[in-house]
Amino acid sequence: MSEAASETSFEAVGDRRGGNLRAWVARRAEGVVIPLVALLAGMAAFSIFLLVLGKSPLELFDLMWRGGFSSWFSIQNTLSRTAPLLLAGLCVALPARLGLAVIGGEGAIVLGGVATAAVGEAIAGTGLPGPLGIAAMAIAGMAAGGVWIGGVGALRHYRAVNETISSLLMAYIAIALMNHLVEGPLRDPASLNKPSTQPLEAAYRIGSIPGSDVHWGLAVGVIACILCWVLIEKTSWGFAARVAGGNMRAAQIQGLPVGPLIVGFCAIAGACAGLGGMLEVAAVHGAANASLAAGYGYTGILVAFLARQNPLAIIPVAILLGGIDASGGLIQRRMHLPDATVLVLQGMIFISILFSDTFYGRFRMFNPELWTEKG
Amino acid sequence: MTQRLIFNRRQLLQTSAATAALGVLGAGGARAATATLGFIYVGPKDDYGYNQAHAEGAAALKGMPGITIVEEEKVPETVDVLKTMESMINLEGAGLLFPTSFGYFDPFMLQAATKYPKIQFRHCGGLWTDKNPKNAGSYFGYIGTCQYLNGIVAGHMTKSKKLGFVAAKPIPQVLLNINSFLLGARAVDPAITCQVIFTGEWSLAVKEAEATNALLDQGADVVTCHVDSPKVVVQTAAGRGAYVCGYHANQSPLAPEKYLTGAEWNWANVYKMYATKFLAGEALPNFTRGGLADGFVKMSPLGKAVTEPARKQFEAKMAEMMKGNYAIIKGPLKDNKGGEVVAGGKAYVETAIELESMNYLVEGVIGATS
Repeated sequence: MSEAASETSFEAVGDRRGGNLRAWVARRAEGVVIPLVALLAGMAAFSIFLLVLGKSPLELFDLMWRGGFSSWFSIQNTLSRTAPLLLAGLCVALPARLGLAVIGGEGAIVLGGVATAAVGEAIAGTGLPGPLGIAAMAIAGMAAGGVWIGGVGALRHYRAVNETISSLLMAYIAIALMNHLVEGPLRDPASLNKPSTQPLEAAYRIGSIPGSDVHWGLAVGVIACILCWVLIEKTSWGFAARVAGGNMRAAQIQGLPVGPLIVGFCAIAGACAGLGGMLEVAAVHGAANASLAAGYGYTGILVAFLARQNPLAIIPVAILLGGIDASGGLIQRRMHLPDATVLVLQGMIFISILFSDTFYGRFRMFNPELWTEKG
Repeated sequence: MTQRLIFNRRQLLQTSAATAALGVLGAGGARAATATLGFIYVGPKDDYGYNQAHAEGAAALKGMPGITIVEEEKVPETVDVLKTMESMINLEGAGLLFPTSFGYFDPFMLQAATKYPKIQFRHCGGLWTDKNPKNAGSYFGYIGTCQYLNGIVAGHMTKSKKLGFVAAKPIPQVLLNINSFLLGARAVDPAITCQVIFTGEWSLAVKEAEATNALLDQGADVVTCHVDSPKVVVQTAAGRGAYVCGYHANQSPLAPEKYLTGAEWNWANVYKMYATKFLAGEALPNFTRGGLADGFVKMSPLGKAVTEPARKQFEAKMAEMMKGNYAIIKGPLKDNKGGEVVAGGKAYVETAIELESMNYLVEGVIGATS
């Protein structure tokens, strides 16, 4: 959807080689101004909703600022919640560049977490150095997630199974599989009323970024977003994927390896989510259990669409959603609004930003041609 | 040693009386004149179940002078709950926190308790041991007796002699409830059986409805459950004309004609005890547990449909249980695979530690733990 939209935007038609600074700014501004205006429009619509409820929108936005961004404590709170959203967002954004709506990242997250716990149990007591153990767990988590979503891509390309449906259904299977493993073969017998795997040894836990209580998953997520952006925007594979996403049939006629592209991008997307699951186990829970299915995979859909499937844009969007989430508690407690209030806000922003897709290429002021000094 | 406090009814009444007295004295007598208490729930506060039971307990404190309540619902068992606790401490000045969901304990509450040694944390579920931080603790209630009383009423009201049980997961607490329910019914008629269906999740409305329908299709005419929110089970069963016994909170408003009685938590009592001690600056117990006789759990008022013989046996058994030390699980007792699980002459009262690793379904329960 958004790929088609960006084809019509001025960014796509602008001159990439030359042009002056003003033309470059005009071209880039479109992708920043339109989502920002859409964000404000979503907040305005939400304010009306609050006024109908008899609550003050100003108080709410003030609390949102205080709860999510105003102090070092709030910022850490926000960033802690941002970390899993980065990788979950990538799991949706990468296949979307190929025109695929993969919405089952949750499955890759839980299986990545279970694979991590299984490796953690296997290496317990072996004396394997911490960094090597963490690397082994990361590889296992990425492999589990990669195989799962890669499988969705393979079903799509080789068996023509709708990837939206299959990824969603496979997420349910993944959660059932996790429950089976956590309550059966991988269960720590000491976990009576909350079945869990064996806790990871202290050496294989991932700690916090120094000077904060945000775990290293945030840095990993940011790096993954940058790498995925480079992959899509700066490599021939990424270019091929974008061509295939624009028009699959044309890409096939051009001789692009569409099958490997689809399976490969889905696998990378799954690996990102699997890594997210690995971080949840190694940095947060310390063991795999049913709490792994916390819905990050589904919030990732929101993140990716708000970022218009651009891996770099996932970073600010995930921070914004992390902040909204972080302030949700304060809003509940101070304004006595139900938890669903924050969901309503997220939904309104989501719809507003999706709607804004229709505005790309419509405003002359973003047309670089207008700003290019002729002659 | 673990500071293991078992409250009896009288002590709790005294505590409640002290609460009232404190109200008369006002803030003057207390060391800490005011206190902010934080409550954290994993689901919605109005779920007619686990979370509502805690929210009702918290609501009971709202009239206490000097006590401010802050609450947050639908907090997942992830880093979110850690941040919610810290937010309540840093932004609201909470001094005593009750993270009520089972999965909040390890690692989240333990981490918070280590990081904030001056703040008190009490967790619902009975996981605290003396190796854990001293500013943390656990409280829990023995609710098996209430499921036994549910079973007695169900045993009188069933015509098909088949009961149904919608359960979340085959863990010890749930198994004890299922077994207690059937043993209560068998105290009325030893021919009664109970079919159990595990949904695998604490909160999964679609599967709970499917399970209830499947139980009714197989002839069950009284249904109960152990899931986070019994709402779906109660409404589905009552909608098809079956009787229901409740769990966690009082669900009679959902099915006034078909609701027989229910096993409820009585957290208001427990939270009042903590709040009173906390206001007075007294040390809070690290480990608190109690049953029916201690006021930690209670029964929903009997519904209109309940017959006179059922009422009589229910009330007689309840009176017996109120004396304390009642044993539901006593030998000779077989599991539903035919093996003996409790030898003749052996009895486990509700406080027995053996019950906390229960891994069997008793004879008469149709279903498997794995």
